Amino acid sequence: MLEDLDRIGPVLILMVSAGGILLVDLALHERDRRWLPFGALAGLAAAAIWTVVLILRGREAVVFSGTYSLDSFSIFFNFLFLGVAGLVVLASADHVRRLRYQGEFWTLLLLATTGMMLLAGARDLILIFVALELTSISQYVLAGFLKDDRSSEAGLKYIILGAIASAVILYGMAFLFGISGTTKLVAPEGQASIFALIAQGESGTRAALFAAMVMLGAGFSFKVALVPFQMWVPDVYEAAATPVAAFLSVGSKAAGFAVLLRIFYEGFGPDSFIGSDWSNLFAAFAVVSMTVGNVMALLQTNIKRMLGYSSIAQAGNIAIGVAAIAASGGGVSLGASGVTFFLATYVFTNLGAFFAVIVISQRLGSDAIAGYAGMGRRAPLLAAALAICLVSLTGIPPTAGFVAKLYIFNAAVQSDLVWLVIVGVLNTAVSAYYYLRIVSHMYVSPAPDEGDIVPSPWLAAALLTTSVGVVAIGLVPFPLIKAAERAASALG
Amino acid sequence: MLTFLVFLPVLGAIVVATLPRDQERQAKPTALAVTCIVLAGSLLLFALFDRDVSGLQFRERFTWIGAGEAGFNIQYFLGIDGLGLTMVILTAFLFVVAILISWKVELRTKEYFAWLLVLETAVLGVFTAQDLILFFLFWELELVPMYLLISIWGSGRKDYSAMKFVLFTITGSALMLVGFLVLGFAAGTFDMELLAQMQINDAAIPLSAVFLLIFAGFAVKLPIVPLHTWLPDAHTDAPTAVSVILAGVLLKMGGYGMLRILVGILPDTTQDYAVWLASLAALSILYGAVITLRQTDLKRLIAYSSVSHMGYVLLGIAALGQVGMTGAALQMFSHGVITGLLFVMVGMIYDRTHTRNVNELSGLAHVTPIIAIVMVMAGLASLGLPAMSGFVAEVMILLGAGERFVAPTILGVIGILLAAGYILWMVQRVMFGPKDPRWAELPDATSWWEQLPMAAMLAVILAVGIYPAPLVDLIDQAILPLAGRLG
Repeated sequence: MLEDLDRIGPVLILMVSAGGILLVDLALHERDRRWLPFGALAGLAAAAIWTVVLILRGREAVVFSGTYSLDSFSIFFNFLFLGVAGLVVLASADHVRRLRYQGEFWTLLLLATTGMMLLAGARDLILIFVALELTSISQYVLAGFLKDDRSSEAGLKYIILGAIASAVILYGMAFLFGISGTTKLVAPEGQASIFALIAQGESGTRAALFAAMVMLGAGFSFKVALVPFQMWVPDVYEAAATPVAAFLSVGSKAAGFAVLLRIFYEGFGPDSFIGSDWSNLFAAFAVVSMTVGNVMALLQTNIKRMLGYSSIAQAGNIAIGVAAIAASGGGVSLGASGVTFFLATYVFTNLGAFFAVIVISQRLGSDAIAGYAGMGRRAPLLAAALAICLVSLTGIPPTAGFVAKLYIFNAAVQSDLVWLVIVGVLNTAVSAYYYLRIVSHMYVSPAPDEGDIVPSPWLAAALLTTSVGVVAIGLVPFPLIKAAERAASALG
Repeated sequence: MLTFLVFLPVLGAIVVATLPRDQERQAKPTALAVTCIVLAGSLLLFALFDRDVSGLQFRERFTWIGAGEAGFNIQYFLGIDGLGLTMVILTAFLFVVAILISWKVELRTKEYFAWLLVLETAVLGVFTAQDLILFFLFWELELVPMYLLISIWGSGRKDYSAMKFVLFTITGSALMLVGFLVLGFAAGTFDMELLAQMQINDAAIPLSAVFLLIFAGFAVKLPIVPLHTWLPDAHTDAPTAVSVILAGVLLKMGGYGMLRILVGILPDTTQDYAVWLASLAALSILYGAVITLRQTDLKRLIAYSSVSHMGYVLLGIAALGQVGMTGAALQMFSHGVITGLLFVMVGMIYDRTHTRNVNELSGLAHVTPIIAIVMVMAGLASLGLPAMSGFVAEVMILLGAGERFVAPTILGVIGILLAAGYILWMVQRVMFGPKDPRWAELPDATSWWEQLPMAAMLAVILAVGIYPAPLVDLIDQAILPLAGRLG
């Protein structure tokens, strides 16, 4: 038991610090609350250190009778989520200082991160659902945290649609349990997994399995914002506080895809009789998501809505990788490592873009793209950071986004999905228009009014990390690719 | 050596970009020094290059991304043969010219020269990369500097033109990337040298489809009618130096890619498509020439004439013989210098008169004799007068093509006649004709940074025209193995 607790220590420590912050907050004076972000950072750092210690001690194992797996995949995502949460803490420190309920904000942020970390390691349907709800409910509240009309509307919209998605997921899980009698995605010692039981069962279960697959696919597509389950994205991004939108855009997506890999790649398996079905499902999601996301992004005049649609299109890119896993017939694991690698680069890039937007919007008081005119002069470093992230989102070298797209397209080509790659690259060309239009606004158009914009030290640190990271991964992608491949190999 | 040459401009760009504000004047000398070192380096390569050995020289290679199990191996692999070296020299030369003729740029000077230098690295990288993915990386790297150079320092509808350029290029190159990935997967390597020695028979999609995907990228760049529409806009609205680079070097990336990758790696498929390529070439030559006849804007006129001239490059490649392909490579070099010079001259005229309209200009030869003489020489070179470099190239192309295709070759000859028409008409209207009092006070090209590039470019044009052997030998070193594989 103690052994098992040791292995989920990073998760536990985050939960403890979340609760701790809530309690400390009660006792603190108003002016002392500015120290709370340090508490959150300390919790995240402690979780990261614990994870490192676990690696050094070689403690990878499946614990709690096969429900949680500490393997290279969950470790990779532990670091990813801790990094995301850390950067979001840096970026929201100023924003939160103006709020009334500061302790609650940090607690929710840490709890959402806790849920994501659990999701990446979960191998059991029940744990997946519990962790998913922990993450989602924290995010619903964060989205509505501003308590003005728009933020409340966004929060409500998010919670209603999110609840439906959760219900659909649960229904799919019920099907799986119904036809197999177990909730284990992967069989621990001496037991059988869902899929092993189904494969031994009658052929009539195929229809039920297919229904379960579609429901799980649809439900998680909501979480990662794939079309046609994307309706909440632009509204929530636009109305929620920008740091929260940044957190939703990357955290929710990364966690959702991690679970999808766990369920479909590790659970269902690529070379099972249902493999080509779910490959086709995600290929279809990829095509509509990229196309709808990019075309809608072309029409936006509000930068947060544009980033919302862009994140839908990017989810489509990642879905190409998911589709590639099964189409390859299990021969190549490039699809899974492609998804993992793409997520890691996307996290840095998109957070960077949002952070720059936080600073600029605060100063301008609006999110209109037109307001970005002349930023190259008013805020040279800020504009450069945003430009790097936008170029990376487009997929132009020498940035992380280029390598990530290259990698995922390569995976799809190796899986004989050349048609899907052609759709993907043409979409990349479309996306160049709206990403570069902002770059051109910042550097080409004259500024309507002068006055330098300088980010706070917190945000400057976050921005520096992301933009340096984006270029560094673009130039030396090998270590991260290696890590992603190691992570994916834990599933296959 | 090659790495040094390719990345020196980027280092220069960083130095230029980080100059303190009161040192902004140092941007120009710094950029000039960097490009001159690159030119000197490329000439040194020319001297050291061993023509008797076939294959790549000055190789540098190490693994950049070596993802073991998964087959995603990308090398950092630079090397040049005679074709690459020819293009590198052309690039290095034209960038020196571009820096010189930008001497009067005062708007955001540091950024301007920094982006020009980044652009130079991208182009040199394309001509030296020997790994498909590395090639593609450099190919894409060129987008951002070009976009900003046109949209900030351009004129007219510069935003529109810059975006059009980017969207055309990125669409073509995106399809090209798919072709590369399919090819790399089929062969198990992205190494261009290995690929060129392999016989690839089978891929995830038919090889003819792979050919078309890759061809799309190069066809946009060259450009080939009907994918050329970005070119007149981009040329017209770009600042002079960028027009020179665009016409002189960037278009050549398309022709170079066709020779190196389509002919080099997919020779059999290229054979199958040769008739279509020749027909497209004839279409480009004639369409480009006819449209040129109707232009009254000097820059648009030269831009459309480039479409026509690039048609000859494609015709030479389609001939798939040693003579034709050598002619195509020579035409790329010669067109780079000649059209570069024409854009330089138009830039000078525009700086002085602030118009590029042929109808408004008249009798400039009386006021600015130096400009007039150089312009006439460049024009004659462009229409392929003997003793100029364009003549040698076009003769070789037509000789090569004549062996295989009769009709396209005849159409090509007609294109030359049309070229004589539009060039002479333009020169006659602008330089000669009655004196216009509006232009009576124009200063001639007297400053060193104007005269130096003019003299150097004219010298190159004449030298190659009169004694093309050194350059032809150099190109042959690369073309012979290609022609040999075609059988």
